[in-house]
Amino acid sequence: MAEPGTQSMQSGGIVQAAAPGEPLVRAQNLTKHFPITRGVFLQRSVGAVKAVDGVSFDVRRGETLGIVGETGCGKSTTARLVMRLLESTSGELTFDGQDITKVKGARLKAIRRDVQMIFQDPYSSLNPRKTIGSIIGEPFAIHGLLSEKGERRKAVQELMETVGLNPEHYNRYPHEFSGGQRQRIGVARALALKPKLLIADEPVSALDVSIQAQVLNLLRDLQRQFGLTLIFIAHDLSVVRHMCDRVAVMYLGRIVEIGSGDDLYSFPRHPYTGALLSAVPVADPSRHGGQRRLLTGDVPSPANPPKACRFHTRCPKAQERCSVEDPPLEAKGTGTLAACHFPLSGAEVEQMGLARPPETAPAG
Amino acid sequence: MADALLRVEDLRVEYPSEDGIVHAVDGITYQVLPGKTLGIVGESGSGKTVSSLTTLGLTRRQGARISGRILFEGRDLVTLPEGELRAIRGNEIAMIFQDPLSALHPLYKVGKQLIETLQAHKDIASRQARARAVELLGLVGIPDPSRRVDEYPHEFSGGMRQRAMIAMALANDPKLLIADEPTTALDVTVQAQILALMERLQKELGMAIVIITHDLGVVAEMADDIAVMYAGRIVETASAESVFSGPQHPYTWGLLKSIPRLESDRAHELVPIPGTPPSLIRPPSGCHFHPRCAYAQPDHARIDPALEPVPGEPSHHVACLLTPEERKQLWAELAAGRVPEQALAAGAGERAS
Repeated sequence: MAEPGTQSMQSGGIVQAAAPGEPLVRAQNLTKHFPITRGVFLQRSVGAVKAVDGVSFDVRRGETLGIVGETGCGKSTTARLVMRLLESTSGELTFDGQDITKVKGARLKAIRRDVQMIFQDPYSSLNPRKTIGSIIGEPFAIHGLLSEKGERRKAVQELMETVGLNPEHYNRYPHEFSGGQRQRIGVARALALKPKLLIADEPVSALDVSIQAQVLNLLRDLQRQFGLTLIFIAHDLSVVRHMCDRVAVMYLGRIVEIGSGDDLYSFPRHPYTGALLSAVPVADPSRHGGQRRLLTGDVPSPANPPKACRFHTRCPKAQERCSVEDPPLEAKGTGTLAACHFPLSGAEVEQMGLARPPETAPAG
Repeated sequence: MADALLRVEDLRVEYPSEDGIVHAVDGITYQVLPGKTLGIVGESGSGKTVSSLTTLGLTRRQGARISGRILFEGRDLVTLPEGELRAIRGNEIAMIFQDPLSALHPLYKVGKQLIETLQAHKDIASRQARARAVELLGLVGIPDPSRRVDEYPHEFSGGMRQRAMIAMALANDPKLLIADEPTTALDVTVQAQILALMERLQKELGMAIVIITHDLGVVAEMADDIAVMYAGRIVETASAESVFSGPQHPYTWGLLKSIPRLESDRAHELVPIPGTPPSLIRPPSGCHFHPRCAYAQPDHARIDPALEPVPGEPSHHVACLLTPEERKQLWAELAAGRVPEQALAAGAGERAS
């Protein structure tokens, strides 16, 4: 992939501040606790939902970081913290070299310009009463850019072309577009201000299979073309595999494993990562019958998470130590960082039918 | 081969609408054998849900025009009076839905809803019905069923609600279970639990299952036979093995090539199907898929393909105007990782030489 910042940028390009080596985003021990309150007037706090509870990660320039996990693991909250749509309870967040944990007002607005988001639902994220032109042009209006009408129209039409929409449809309304096209509108809007970071929260999960591939390919093309830095949040592990350089697996507000896609998918070390991967149904009946490791029970409540290792109540490998001592996220010698006292062994991974030598990549 | 439990023949379901007639299901034929699983695959608007709702008579009240036959153990469900159909629905044929929260009544205890299902079809005392409800909740793997039976749906997690739905569907030992996207609203680890549960119950109780899904992974794991639907029609049907190892229809190829796979690395490219699914009010002429098909020829917009057996594979049917040789050669190219344009060019070269 081209080094970001080194390629020539056209007018529609995304300009990256060239500062190699330093990550674009750095989250350190980020937490978000939502208080649970009782009473109407005098709201007493009686506890907290620990949606995000101490996550640390870097997003390097030009890479795609995937965040996977099941409902309620805190992946969307993490994205909203990075967007500064939510204020963190504690922890530190740096963006492009500056501390943005507590910034407010004009400085926050300036950061919002550099961080844009693509949402899950292409139906509810577009105002039905506005034309496509004004939806995509809205970021310019908010930030007082390109105020001359002809100028803005030209920029919007260029964006429409970039994402594969017909620029002549400038004056149409969202209901005239299909789900896949609407998601393209969302992408065009997110690209308008040439953000340094794009956050995509489940961008294809509301789309049909054949349309999903169109949007994924569009995101991948844009990424290559503009060297975009992307945080890609999804529950579909295959989609994340396809899109991301590095992947973080979350469980109950914590990152339990993080590493390059290749390492994490071929040799998962955390038992939860293994369980997630082995639960994915494989579209190939001839490979049916791998030793699937089914998790029992449900995810515990984030208001009252298990002590020490949060996964120990459902972990097939759990021992006494797991309920006493919180495992740190650390290297386990196979590429990924995992938070586990008793990581999966190569034999166990193989038994689950997961570790596949790279040369057996299937032909469809 | 055993006699079919359910046989659908040339089923058509049409809805009048302000813009014209919606051809939701446009002449489909399939059968389900006792104790077997049929997977119906398709995207939104392909007619997969409407055809199953019609089996249970649930589209009648919506003003749908229904023609064709739905034979369940010899009785035609299309013409059966509502009263007799009601005796079958929830009893011999049961259904589970995608969203378990909206399918359960929020104001009644889960046990009460189960008891009601039992008493709707059987003359059974309340105490016995309650005992059976507890037994059913235990059967579907709900922990501590004698306590949970007195809880409300909101006290259940998503996976447990779907288990409760399955318990309700199984209440009267159905011969056929129709599962419409049963795991789409669930997380992947819970999905694996529910699919394993359905497989176990099928083995224990010997019922047939129709599973409707857009997820090729789910059908690959669950189904014995697969029907692929597009724009209200079945375009391909065969055993699960044949559909995945030797797919015949360009739409099936498109689906298989457009899904990202866990085991392929990042260099792997997806090949999306261009365009969007057609309007069911004015479906395309000829082969419904021709506007999105990379291999369509001019007369495919005119000629309507019939579902015909593939030479050498009597149980594999496909509705496609390409010749069997062309299809074989094109799929071989696609399976080797070529994109449609390359596959076409290779085919043209071969024919010229």
